[in-house]
Parts: sequence; structure tokens; C-alpha cells
Amino acid sequence: MTNHLVGFGRIFALLLVALAASPARAQDDFDRQRRQMVDEIAALARQTAAETGRPSLDPRVIAVLGKVPRHRFVPANQQQAAYQNRPLPIGWGQTISQPYIVALMTDLMNLRPEHTVLEIGTGSGYQAAILAELVQTVCSIEIIEPLARQAGERLRGLGYARLRTRTGDGYYGWADCGPFDAIIVTAAASHVPPPLIEQLKPGGRMVIPVGAPFLAQHLLLVEKNRDGTLLTRQVLPVQFVPLTGKR
Amino acid sequence: MATACPPAGSEPTPAADAGRPDASPPLFPVMLLSAAAMGYEVLLTRLFSIIQWHHFAYMMISVALLGYGAAGTFVALAQRTLLPRFDRVFAGGAILFGLTAVAGFALAQRVAFNPLEIAWAPEQPLRLLAIYGLLCVPFFCAASCVCLTFTRFAGEPHRIYSFDILGAGAGSIGIVAALYALPPVGALAVLGALGIAAAALSLLRRGMRNRRLAAALLVTAAAAPIVIPADWTSLRPSEYKDLAQMLAIDGTRIVAERSSPLGLLTVVESPQVPLRYAPGMSLNATAEPPPQLAVFTDGDGPSALTRYDGRREPLAYLDQLTSALPFHLLERPRVLVLGAGAGADVLQAVYHGARSVDAVELNPQIVELVQRRFADFSGAPYSAPGVRLHVGEARGFVASGRERFDLIQVALLDAFGASSAGLYALSESYLYTVEALQEYLGHLAPGGFLAITRWVNLPPRDVLKLFATAVAALERDGARPAQQLALIRGWKTATLLVKNGALTAADVAALREFSRARSFDVAYFPGIDAAQTNRYNVLARPEFHEGALALLGADREAFIERYKFSIVPATDDRPYFFHFFKWRTLPELLALKARGGLPLLEWGYPVLLATLLQALAASALLILLPLGALARRTRDDAAPAISAVRVALYFVAIGFAFMFVEIAFIQRFLLLLSHPLYAVAVVLCSFLLFAGIGSRYSGRLRTDAATALRRPATAAVAAIGAISLLYLVVLPPLFRQLMPLPDALKIVLAIALIAPLAFAMGMPFPLGLARTAGGAPALVPWAWGVNGCASVVAAILASLLAIHAGFAAVVVLAVLLYALAAAAFP
Repeated sequence: MTNHLVGFGRIFALLLVALAASPARAQDDFDRQRRQMVDEIAALARQTAAETGRPSLDPRVIAVLGKVPRHRFVPANQQQAAYQNRPLPIGWGQTISQPYIVALMTDLMNLRPEHTVLEIGTGSGYQAAILAELVQTVCSIEIIEPLARQAGERLRGLGYARLRTRTGDGYYGWADCGPFDAIIVTAAASHVPPPLIEQLKPGGRMVIPVGAPFLAQHLLLVEKNRDGTLLTRQVLPVQFVPLTGKR
Repeated sequence: MATACPPAGSEPTPAADAGRPDASPPLFPVMLLSAAAMGYEVLLTRLFSIIQWHHFAYMMISVALLGYGAAGTFVALAQRTLLPRFDRVFAGGAILFGLTAVAGFALAQRVAFNPLEIAWAPEQPLRLLAIYGLLCVPFFCAASCVCLTFTRFAGEPHRIYSFDILGAGAGSIGIVAALYALPPVGALAVLGALGIAAAALSLLRRGMRNRRLAAALLVTAAAAPIVIPADWTSLRPSEYKDLAQMLAIDGTRIVAERSSPLGLLTVVESPQVPLRYAPGMSLNATAEPPPQLAVFTDGDGPSALTRYDGRREPLAYLDQLTSALPFHLLERPRVLVLGAGAGADVLQAVYHGARSVDAVELNPQIVELVQRRFADFSGAPYSAPGVRLHVGEARGFVASGRERFDLIQVALLDAFGASSAGLYALSESYLYTVEALQEYLGHLAPGGFLAITRWVNLPPRDVLKLFATAVAALERDGARPAQQLALIRGWKTATLLVKNGALTAADVAALREFSRARSFDVAYFPGIDAAQTNRYNVLARPEFHEGALALLGADREAFIERYKFSIVPATDDRPYFFHFFKWRTLPELLALKARGGLPLLEWGYPVLLATLLQALAASALLILLPLGALARRTRDDAAPAISAVRVALYFVAIGFAFMFVEIAFIQRFLLLLSHPLYAVAVVLCSFLLFAGIGSRYSGRLRTDAATALRRPATAAVAAIGAISLLYLVVLPPLFRQLMPLPDALKIVLAIALIAPLAFAMGMPFPLGLARTAGGAPALVPWAWGVNGCASVVAAILASLLAIHAGFAAVVVLAVLLYALAAAAFP
């Protein structure tokens, strides 16, 4: 029932938008929303830095968030919410992460233009597009066939021609594309697949969000040292007022 | 007495079909409807556990009782229209219950509600409200029939109430039985049919002449389960459940399904992208797990059914988990695995050369899947040499046995996703309480270990709560926690060891070597140095280590108090191990929403609270709305009015008190009967059965002077108070003595203990209703509705109170409320 009401409300809203705005003006509107989103994230990052003394997000990452048209990566009925700082459903039980978390994960990978990056779990393709703006080579694997196809077409349509995508099991990585300077695993995993660790270059970094859909609790960062040994870090995106208080 | 007073209102009853003076109350139809409505409530909990998550259980209770409250109001306001057409309204209401029970669920699961988005998307709370509204309807229909019966036959509340309550008892047992025999959707159709059958039966009463219609209805009822299109009711689980996510992968298929009241088990095979379940496996491991089948419970999980052909090597991955630690500190131990599930922990013990393995698993269907259906694949691990299987509840198994073990392993039973989202916050668990840990420790051989593995959450929650619980258990036993505890952690799981005796230097050396080889961090062992912690899996602060030290130190209470999450040890009186929510932290988390703070919120508790607020608002509306209209009407009446305020107070108080006592004692008896289903079924059913008998008995106490009803009501209330308080003191030690007895005997004893309490609890309601019928008949349906509304709120409030103050406090409060009721008796 409510479904229909909401649906009706949405149709009505879209109708108004269609009447009021030409496509070009809609485009302007999305650009404006995107600038707002970027400002918000930059402000959040500055706050974090002020509170914790940790450096804020890489300005290049923030610049790229201002460039990639996030609304093109969400289903039509979610476009109005595309630039809100929140996760969104994209179908098949998958989500597009909260922009702030996307920024944080990207930042944690310490990317340089010459890097090669592997993504496990293409999803909408948004994260892949962000990566493609920052590094030379991006390879992305998606296990759910229709999502993989959709994301592949979308990314090609947006001109990310060098970005390589395929459908398949991410457990064994993508040996032909690697070894990798960075790997991001957006699919839930009970453990870190050994083949992925193998395909990570010494000095490389892997980022894994941990938690249920919509509810990424913290980020796991795996760093492969020059000698091949591993160091993991668990990064909480939020900074609490010191948790245990004064001691 | 009351035969002389008009059924309701002041008008003479028009001569419609209700005019037949010889028509008897539709007692059996009332019983059938009560049974069906109760069954429906339980079934909805089951269905929503499968399509959504199980914290909806609480919503279902309040949905049901809200329907009851609304029905009371409806009948109170519309009785002048409804009473003259009693028979048609009753039959119609029963049929509508049948139809809407099925249609309500079918529609509700088509509402695109996603609880995971509730904090982000404004349309989600509206969708939740829509589900609420849809599911209310069948309860409203059934309750309207029952309430109208009380009003129409106002002189016989005792008989009607006893059938009503017996029906509810039968329904609670019947649905458990039905869920063994039928899939949940099949049970739904049967409940729908029961509604229609109740309508048919009501037409076959003495003095009715609608045999042809009744026959037609009976045929319809019998045919209903067959003719309902499967597509209407087939379950549509949320696409965010683990099972749905796995099924989205090409080539996966369901190879087996088993359903029982304990859950829907789904076994999934994925030949192209095999399940590789090794939670928290060391990053140093190079071997991947052998082929596995995924076993989901209610679409959550999965747990792994691992291929085992008797060879040891493919199981090597089991040595790369934090839970393998105790095997490196023990030589060929005698192992007890609690919560054996699909067998991973048993295989781990076999891999490490355990001398014997006793495995306890609650759900016989999962055992059947492992041991028979997939025996070729699993290698039937429960019949491997040295392995003994016990089907039963873990805590009860430990408490009733005398054997001692070198290692008691408590398996990681709950799914990571649901656990980390706080969805278990409200479920009572007697596996991780202080008393439970004492019980386990009491069954360890000298030098033996208790090992408990939990998911790692950040900031630490359940791991520290578990640590605090272990410290409390050891202290109660007069042991030395600082010498007997050890804690290690990987990035996904942490394992706590509790030794029966002090950890030795050799133990510590083995523990450190085990952790180093797998890049696990040590968080605590006797004599640990801060420099030894937080080395491989680095946290911004070594919170596990600091937490463990604080919990062992002198300022423990202050630390627990300061901590951002609730880590007070769970006890049998407050068995909420998974409740971590603190009000103080809420504003901070909400403020951190934009930075990903929301996932740290434990959703179970706010959902409970939101449900309570909804219930309060709805109840207030339902009680206050008709009050004005009724007050006017009673003023106009010539009948001697009794105070509506007293009626309200009385029925609100006994509504709260009855539910409080019932819920608190269900929890108490759970510890004796241990098996959650049998316990709830036995306790609920005996409560309702003996309350029904008490109600019938109270009917004999009627005298011509309606005011004389006060004395038996006071006596009943005094008895309830005395027995409740006595039980509060006597039951826990008594149950410890009774634990080793055979189950059948324990059930008989439980019934015998419940009987006197429930018998007394059955009396206040009909006595009050009889008094109201005598003094202000128009208030009868309203009193019934007020009572229903109070029960709605009470069902939720009981859990909330228990979380903060414990079940003992809930009982004490109930006794006070009963005292208030006695004082307010109209």
C-alpha cells in the first residue's frame, strides 16, 4: 500500500522535474548536488583531522569524487538520492557504499598514477570509476552476472575504456592483470583469500570493508611488507571521543 | 446473576438473530479462533525470521495485541449495531480472520521494507507501519468475535474466558506441532482454514439453523490449503539475507531444505563458486578449505558442511583459526563441543587427535542432513571413531551430566552479519551467562580449558563482555581470574580460554607460539607485557588488551560504567549477552552518521523501543478515544454506574501483571526444561490451561451481590503475589537440584509448579469482568480492550525492564501491580 503511495509520490516528483527542467538543467542540478556532496565530505575529513590529528583525505581523492557522476551508477528510482552521503541499494542485494566510506577506502590504498589495482565486487561500478580516475590500470571482477554486465556497459558508456571488467569468482584474483599495487575487496568474505595475498605486490595494500550490507562496520587494511610479511590494521571510520575515557 | 441484566447498552435488544434466547455462546468457535490467532502470532514470528530478521518477533507480539485492543474499542463503540446481528457478525468476523490471515501476510511481504535502510530512507518507517497495519487486521477480526461474545453473553465471562484461554494454550502447542509437520507456508493456510471452520461451527450451535451454509464453509475450509495459489504465499526473503546473496550467484542451487520450529535449514551447493568458509583464517595460511556445502538457518549464516573423506590433510585449515588454540595446550583431550551444527568443530577436534569428542546439537534436522542426507559428502563425522552425538540443548546437557572434560568448546553459532548489526540484542541467551560459565567450569577436568570463540567487533563489544563474564564466574567460584584467563584475537574472531587451574609457563609459551605462527595477537595472558600486544593486526589503540586489564583490575566497575557500550556480564536474571546499547552513546553515533557511525548502533534495542512507543501511542488512542463516548453513554444509563476510572485501573494493572509474570516465569522455566521450544510450549500451555481452569472455578464464586466479588479477587491476587515471590527465591536453587532428572519428569514437575500460580492468575480477569457486567455493562468490551492494550505494552516492556533490571524485578513489579488491582477493584 505504502509502496504504491511512495511510488506515486515519486512519479509525481519526477513529473514535476520533467515539466520544470530540461535535461540540461537536470544535469546542472546533479553537478550542483555533487559539488555539495564533495564539500560535505571534505569538511568531514577536515573535522576528523582536527579531532584526531590524523591527516585528512588525499585532495586527489576528493577531486575525483567531484568528477565521477554518481547518479549514473544508481538505479533510476534512486537518482534523486545519489549525492546524499548514504549507501544506496542497487539490486540483487548489493549496495553502493556511502560516499564518505568510498573516499576513505580509496584514500587508504595510497594510490599513485602508475599503479595497477584489482577490485573484487564491481557492483555498480562506481568505485571502479573512482579508481580509474586515479590510476593507470584497474581490473574489476563481479560474481553476479547481470550486475557485471550492467556495470561493464555503464563504464564503457562513460568512457572508462581502459578499465577491465569480467564476470567471475574473485577468490583467485586476476593473475593476468596483476600483480597489484592495491586490491579492494567489496564482497563479504569469511577470510582473506590466499591467492589475493599472493597477487599483491610487496609494498601493496588491500582494503576490505567488514560488516553486513549497508552496515560496513570497519575497514580491514592488509599491508604487504617489502619482505613479504603481512601487517593488518583495522580502521574504524568514525572517531569516538576517546572510548575508555580518562584512565 | 447477570442473566437479568441486559447484555449491553441500555436499549432493549432488537429481535434479530440474537433474539433467540436459547442460543448458547459459541464456546468452541471462540476456542478455535483463539487457538488460530495464537498460532498465527507464533507463525508470523517464524515467517518474519525467514524473510527478514528475528527481532521482528517483538513486533508480532505487539501487532497481535494491538489488534485485540482495537477490537475492544470497536466493539465498545459499535455494540448497538453489532449485538443484534451477533451470529452474522461472529461468523463474518471468523471468515475474515481466515482470509486476512493469509492475505495480510501475502501483502505484507510484498511491501518493499528494508530494515537495513531505516536510518537513511524516510519511506522505510512508513513501510514498516504498512506491514504493522496489514498484520493487525486478522487479529482485529478474531478479537472482535471473541470480544463480542463476551459482550453478548455478559453473564458468562468465566466460561467464555476459560474456552478463550484454553484455545490460546492449544494454539501455542498446536503451532509447534504443525511446524514439525508442515512448512511454514502450509501452516499459514491451515490457520486460515481454521478461521473459516470456526465460522461454520458457530452456525451449528444449538438453536441455529444454518446447516447448509455451515457445510459449505467446512468444505471451503478443507479445500483452502489446497486452492490457495502457491505464488501468493511463497516466501520472499529480503535480498540482503545471506542466503539470497549466495543464490544470486550463477550456478548455485538449493539441494536440500528442512523446516521445523527451530528454523528453516537450507543447504546450498555452488559448484562454480564454492563456499569457502573459514571464518578469520590466518592470513599466513596458504591452503584453502576443502569443498563445502553452505547450510543456512532462516536464510542467515551460513555454516559449512565440509567434505571429509577420513583424510586429515584437507582439514589443515581448521588449525589456522583462533579456535584451534586450546588443542595446542592439551594432549589428546576429551572434548565437549557445544553447538556442533554442521560439524566443523568436531572435525577440528578430530584433526587435532582428540581422545574423544562429545558433540551437542539442538536441531535434529541438521544432524540428519550431516549424518544421512549428505553422509557421502560429510563422511558422517558424528559417527567417526571416538565421537558421540547428543541431540539436546547445550546448557542443559552440561548441567545434567556428571562427566568431566579436558576441553569444552563453545562454537561460534551466530552469523557475523546479524550479530554485528545488533540484531540479537533482545534475544535471551543462557549460553553466555555468568551461571552458564560456572556450570561449564564445573565440568572441566583439572587443568582443562573452556574455550569460547566470538566475532571481533570494533570497538570491542562481545569479546570484552565475554571476558567480563568469565571474570565474574571465576570470582564467584573463588578462583583467580588473572591467572586463569587468556585471550587471543585475529582480524575476525577472538578466542577466550578459561583454565581450570593457573596457566603455566608452558601454556603461555605454547599460546604465544601458536599466535605468532598465525599472526594472531595476544590480548591477555598471565604476566603479559603491553609490548607483546597489538603487533600483527594493529588497532589504533590496543583496546582488547586494555579492556582485559581493566576488567581484571580494581577499577573494573568504573571501566564498565565508562565504556561506550554495555559490557556488564550477562546473568541468568538478565540473560542479554548480545545487548550492548547504551543511551549515552546514541547521540554520538547519530552525530557520526555521515562518517559511517550508524553501523555501530545496535539496532535491536531502538527497534524494541520504537515498537513500545508505537504500542503506547496506539493503545492510548484506543483507550482514550472511546472513553469519552462511553462515559456519556453510561451517564445516560439508568443502570448503577461504576467508576470507569476504577475499571480502567483494574484492567490495566492485571493486563500488565499477567504478562509480566508469564514472561518472567517462561524465562525461569527455560533453565529447567532447557530446550527452548518445549519449554515455551509447556510453560505457556500450562499457564493458559490452569488459568482457564481458574477462570471456570471463579465462576462458582459468584453471589447475587456483585460487590461480593471483591473478596475472591483479593484472595486470588494475594495468592499470586505470595506464590510469585516464593518462586523467585525457591526456583533457582530447586532447579539446580532437579537438572539431572529425566526430561519427562522435569516437564511434569514444571507443570505442577505452574498449576497453582496460573490457577490464581486465571481469576482476576473474569471476576472483574463479571463485576463490570453487573455494574456498567457498556464498559465490558472496553474493559476487555483496555486489558488487551495493557498486555501489548507489557509484552514489550517486560523485555525492556529485564534488560535493565532483570526478570526478578519484573516479577516484583507484577506483584505490586496486582496489589494495585486489588485496591482498584471496581
